[in-house]
Amino acid sequence: MEIVYSLAIGVLAGSGVWLLLRPRTFQVLLGFSLLSYATNLFIFGMGRLALHKAPIIDPASGAATSSLYTDPVPQALVLTAIVIGFATTALFLVVLLALRGLSGTDHVDGQEPEA
Amino acid sequence: MNSVLRHLVVLPILIPLVAGATLFFLAEARRTARVTIAIVSMVAQLAVALGLLYLTSDAAPYIWPEGIGVYAIGGWPAPFGIVLVVDRLTAVMLTLGAIVSLATLVYSIARWDRPAQPFHSLFQFLAVGLNGAFLTGDLFNLFVFFEVLLAASYGLLLRGATGPRVKMGLHYIAINLAASLLFLIGVALIYGVAGTLNMADLAGRAAALAPNDRAFLDAGAAILGIAFLVKAGSWPLNFWLPGTYSAAVAPVAASFALMTKVGFYAVLRIGTLMQEYETLGAALLYIGLLTLITSTIGMLAAKHLGRLVAFTVLMSMGILLACLGLRVEALTAPALFYLVVSVLTTCTFFMLTGMTDRTRATESPTAAEGHEPDTQAVYPAYGIKTPSTYEQGDDVGIAIPAVMAFLGMMFVCCVLLVSGLPPMPGFTAKFALLATMVGASAEHGAPLSTWVLGAAILASGFVSVIALSRIGMRLFWSFAARTTPRLRLLEAAPVAMLVLLCLGLTLAADPVSRYLDSAARSLHQPDTYIRAVLSQETRREQRGAPRP
Repeated sequence: MEIVYSLAIGVLAGSGVWLLLRPRTFQVLLGFSLLSYATNLFIFGMGRLALHKAPIIDPASGAATSSLYTDPVPQALVLTAIVIGFATTALFLVVLLALRGLSGTDHVDGQEPEA
Repeated sequence: MNSVLRHLVVLPILIPLVAGATLFFLAEARRTARVTIAIVSMVAQLAVALGLLYLTSDAAPYIWPEGIGVYAIGGWPAPFGIVLVVDRLTAVMLTLGAIVSLATLVYSIARWDRPAQPFHSLFQFLAVGLNGAFLTGDLFNLFVFFEVLLAASYGLLLRGATGPRVKMGLHYIAINLAASLLFLIGVALIYGVAGTLNMADLAGRAAALAPNDRAFLDAGAAILGIAFLVKAGSWPLNFWLPGTYSAAVAPVAASFALMTKVGFYAVLRIGTLMQEYETLGAALLYIGLLTLITSTIGMLAAKHLGRLVAFTVLMSMGILLACLGLRVEALTAPALFYLVVSVLTTCTFFMLTGMTDRTRATESPTAAEGHEPDTQAVYPAYGIKTPSTYEQGDDVGIAIPAVMAFLGMMFVCCVLLVSGLPPMPGFTAKFALLATMVGASAEHGAPLSTWVLGAAILASGFVSVIALSRIGMRLFWSFAARTTPRLRLLEAAPVAMLVLLCLGLTLAADPVSRYLDSAARSLHQPDTYIRAVLSQETRREQRGAPRP
């Protein structure tokens, strides 16, 4: 599972970086989205991957052994990071549209490069 | 009484948050109410910051005996709960932030804040982010407050959206988003290895890590460091900064004066807490030197005043980072003094730029665009009809006679501040830096890097005189078509006040540097900080403390 997981992060991050370096604003935006997926998965993975384990202690089971549970902190971090990433992506989209409207091109520099 | 005073720690975040939210719901037309709320909020922040400054000093040992106040939000003890920590460095930064925000707010009321709907709220949220970043005691909240700060700055930067401004805004947002992702990766790596995000707890655990895990922690810290250095504007991660700062309208650029220093603050805070990072520290010296050199060259090349001032921001950052990189503990206090001076300087200078731009609106394209701050060009961009602008009332306000004389005087003061000439505190700060360097090298033998840095600091001061006097001559002495601008008292007053404050800093250099000395000393005793945050005593106090 670890290998599949890290491969997924690697593919997402790699494509994200490639898109980030593209000259069109929409590609940059998509690059950021992919990169933030990769980052979020990475944070999640830092809490160690575990199957069938809850992040909340279940008082009914009565056992407070830490091996029965998964770390809740990275999950909380991921949640925050998702919310913030969502907001900044929306903001980026607005700026992207404004630049498109003002300059008439979707090049990141607001003008087409000399051919 | 003491238990009430303890709650002062959370106020620098709460006050602007509440004020910003309130301002959001106040109608545009209720201008008096809006302006009053905004100003009251900033004055209250300044008062709280001054209070914290006093309470953390040696003069008031009865609340926080070691000058470190810990505030557990929600009452959970560290390292499990989230804590705010105020020590002397934090108090200094909070005060500096409040002064800068208040001055730029008053300045912006003159004419820059219309249409006001988002402006005042964003301005308050910027303060939330700044104060929070200085106060927070754990890495993840540092990230959150950075994001609050940046989100507000995106909005402020895009004010009066014109083509170049939106373009620079896009670049700025892209760079900062990338830096934020690096920040997150660094934080996650550190958490994955150390199992904590609380800075004090982290510092304690870092030493006890197995060598295998140690490598991951180092990698995480390095990635985190890169994120901070992007925000601090250090070479080679700073190419966004001059364009962005000179594209922003004057009060916004002025309020950004502190933002690069947040990155420096984070480097300083975490660097002193985790003292094992000797090699990273050595790298800072070269990074700082290169920043200093490139910004000096940039200053000579800059044609427009705003761009030149942006390069002086980089220059001060280069000096600060290089001083940090020398790893001489005695240098921290003078570096902090220099930080205070340079923040006030750049803030004043950016505000002045906004006023001189009006004299030569045709000079450069950036200036021409900066001329009309309220251009609502962004509406046609979306195909929306431009809403009717709020009546500008262009001649309201007292026009100061001899405007050019005033502007010239202020310009000269700013030049003295930047280049570090007496009687301005820029001189005191640089002198203290150089004297400490010479003193330290006399004690431990002089490594070449110390002398190189000293020479670079002096040379950059000299070059800044050349570059600034060249631009000053063009601005004030040339006979080309020039319109004497109408100056509003509201714009002139904060600039004059800041210059006077700087002069005051020269006079009060002794008490100020003594306070900064104690701040630096407590920075270099991380054990005190760690103990204060993690101590049992904090927990008991917090449980006993009444809820606000």
